[in-house]
Amino acid sequence: MSSGFGEQMAVLGLTLTVVITIVLAAYSSRVARTTGDFYVAARSVPAWWNASAISGEYLSAASFLGVAGLIMVGGADAVWFPVGYAVGYVLLLALVAAPLRRSGAYTLPDFCEARLRSSTVRLAASVLVVVIGWLYVVPQLQGAGLALEILLGTPVWVGGVLVAAIVLVVLVGGGMRSVTMVQGFQYWLKLVAMLVPGLLLLAAWQLDGRPSALTDSVPTFRAETTVAVEADVRVVVDRATAVRANGTIDGEAVSGAAMLPAGTVAIDAGTELTFPAGADVPHLEGIPARTGEAWARPLEGTEHPLYRTYALMLALFLGTMGLPHVLVRFYTNPDGRQARRTALIVIALVGLFYLVPSVHGMLGRLYVPELLMTGRTDAVVLLLPGALLGEGLPGQLVTALVCAGAAAAFLATATGLTVTVAGVLSQDLVGRVVPDPIRSFRWAAVVAVLVPLVLGLLAASLPLAQAVALAFTVAASTFCPLLLLGIWWPRLTDLGAAAGLVVGGGLAVGAIAASTLLTDLGGWPDALLSQPAAWAMPTALLTMVLVSRATQHRLHPGVSRIMVRLHTPESAQLHQTWTARGSR
Amino acid sequence: MSRESRRRDQGPTRREQAAARREHLPRREVITAPRREVRRPHRTVAEDIDQETRVGRVFLQALIRTQLRLGLATVALVVVPLAALPLLFGLVPGVGALQAGPLPLWWLLLGFLVYPAILAVGWWHVRQAERNEARFTELVEGR
Repeated sequence: MSSGFGEQMAVLGLTLTVVITIVLAAYSSRVARTTGDFYVAARSVPAWWNASAISGEYLSAASFLGVAGLIMVGGADAVWFPVGYAVGYVLLLALVAAPLRRSGAYTLPDFCEARLRSSTVRLAASVLVVVIGWLYVVPQLQGAGLALEILLGTPVWVGGVLVAAIVLVVLVGGGMRSVTMVQGFQYWLKLVAMLVPGLLLLAAWQLDGRPSALTDSVPTFRAETTVAVEADVRVVVDRATAVRANGTIDGEAVSGAAMLPAGTVAIDAGTELTFPAGADVPHLEGIPARTGEAWARPLEGTEHPLYRTYALMLALFLGTMGLPHVLVRFYTNPDGRQARRTALIVIALVGLFYLVPSVHGMLGRLYVPELLMTGRTDAVVLLLPGALLGEGLPGQLVTALVCAGAAAAFLATATGLTVTVAGVLSQDLVGRVVPDPIRSFRWAAVVAVLVPLVLGLLAASLPLAQAVALAFTVAASTFCPLLLLGIWWPRLTDLGAAAGLVVGGGLAVGAIAASTLLTDLGGWPDALLSQPAAWAMPTALLTMVLVSRATQHRLHPGVSRIMVRLHTPESAQLHQTWTARGSR
Repeated sequence: MSRESRRRDQGPTRREQAAARREHLPRREVITAPRREVRRPHRTVAEDIDQETRVGRVFLQALIRTQLRLGLATVALVVVPLAALPLLFGLVPGVGALQAGPLPLWWLLLGFLVYPAILAVGWWHVRQAERNEARFTELVEGR
């Protein structure tokens, strides 16, 4: 796949996004001199543009590439990923948006310190912001590596290093104040790069006679297909298949005609296999081979699907409100009312985007089924235009557009998260060593990019959308109960909040670590550890309530003032003497 | 305004008033004109809330409760039907295989229809929340 087709176009698309991003960042950082300028200026931004920026930052590589890939593999059950990513904003709108904006807090640690008057809770919150941020950035960098490897054939580390470098250039070069403009632009780029190819692909599918993906057989190669295996894989072959091969199969060098025996077959990196038209697609070990009909039926293909579905729903629905990079953006609304309207527009923008990936998922099973064999299903969005629209100019242009969108996805989320993580690091950690705020932010930015880059190179990569769901899980188990109780329950105490954050964060992170290290668990232990939100979030909530009830003497007398501030509309002209630290 | 200075502005406390009344009891007064109405100055709810009186607290709690009820209703409107779907699919396996025209039913529901539906619920929420706030503003400003 790295050979020839559309390579220049891919490079063109990627480069264009990068150049526009850097130019916009440089331009708007010249307009605003200080951070304060930037946020004050941002308040004159209309709600829809602010919502574009939030959506631009939110729609990461997991949404742009990962969702379609997961749907291609998981079918009915994977559709919960985009649904969950969007529904999270309904909960954010209904329970958090306006009060959080009215608190005047700029970051989550600011909110914790202001609401609970506790620097301990603030520190716990800061650590969690960094953990969630890094969990979220790692798959972005890995995804960039995968995309470049598939498009251009570069080694897998190149993409991550490039994204990290560009993020650093934008941030350290003083562009940290420019993010709203860049990210608003990146939303619309991503939408066009998803919607236009999606519609063209549907049209091409119509012209092709609308073959159904809901077949009664496993996916087959529609035409003679050559598959280049880029990493060692073990695949499951249902029926012995005659192929032409060049490379190493089951430890034996082959060249020319060969037989793939039924059963599990090891294929080494660098092997090329040519399958005849109509042959069944061997599936990567771990990806269940399912007929089109079974693929389209919910609750099939995994163990304990009902538990997994509900745990995923809980993580995604509740996790969105605890994502630090999303919440920061709500501060740029002028008041609580606008914050609500912004959240509503985000629901519309994000929902519009998520109409498309399931189309890619379905078409992927028909036109690029070899991804089920190589396991590179995250690339389905990138490869479909070439496979379906042909190698002529239309196919190349669409590929370039998709590449531009993918680059926007990597950059927007990685930049937004790095700003947030670096902000917290510089305020609460680096700032204690390096007093100058600008220098401390720069050092923090370097740390905030390098750590996930190294982690991403060391850690095994999960499918993108699944990896990002882990960050949602930690957010749902920590910041979600903290925000809900902090906003709606005056009796939350500092000790209650701290205990809940430690318990929820510890359980969620521990479970995720355990499920990555202990890969061959299976059964209930595997289901519970890989999807811990369903039990970690309620435990954290209960801990906060119980510990708060036991420590009511620690309630500080200003709580009712804070409740006035959080819940009364700005139009009511009350004395809002209280403001959160960090408000500007 | 600090809390102390605000308390001073409120005038004499009840105990001071009672003491004053007792002191005045034995004196006789000649009435030369109809008594001027001496009423406590009218306070708006806004001032009640600012001064954290019991009345103010009641109004604030009422607002918080209304908004919380609205928020939970919004969440329930979206989450209950969605959460019912996997259970329905799990208990009645035939439902998962239902077709809606060329598409499976789940695809139509979860792939497409869910997005306009949550947007509509969100829009309803914003309208109701703003209405609650307008009502509260009217109330506290005593208009």
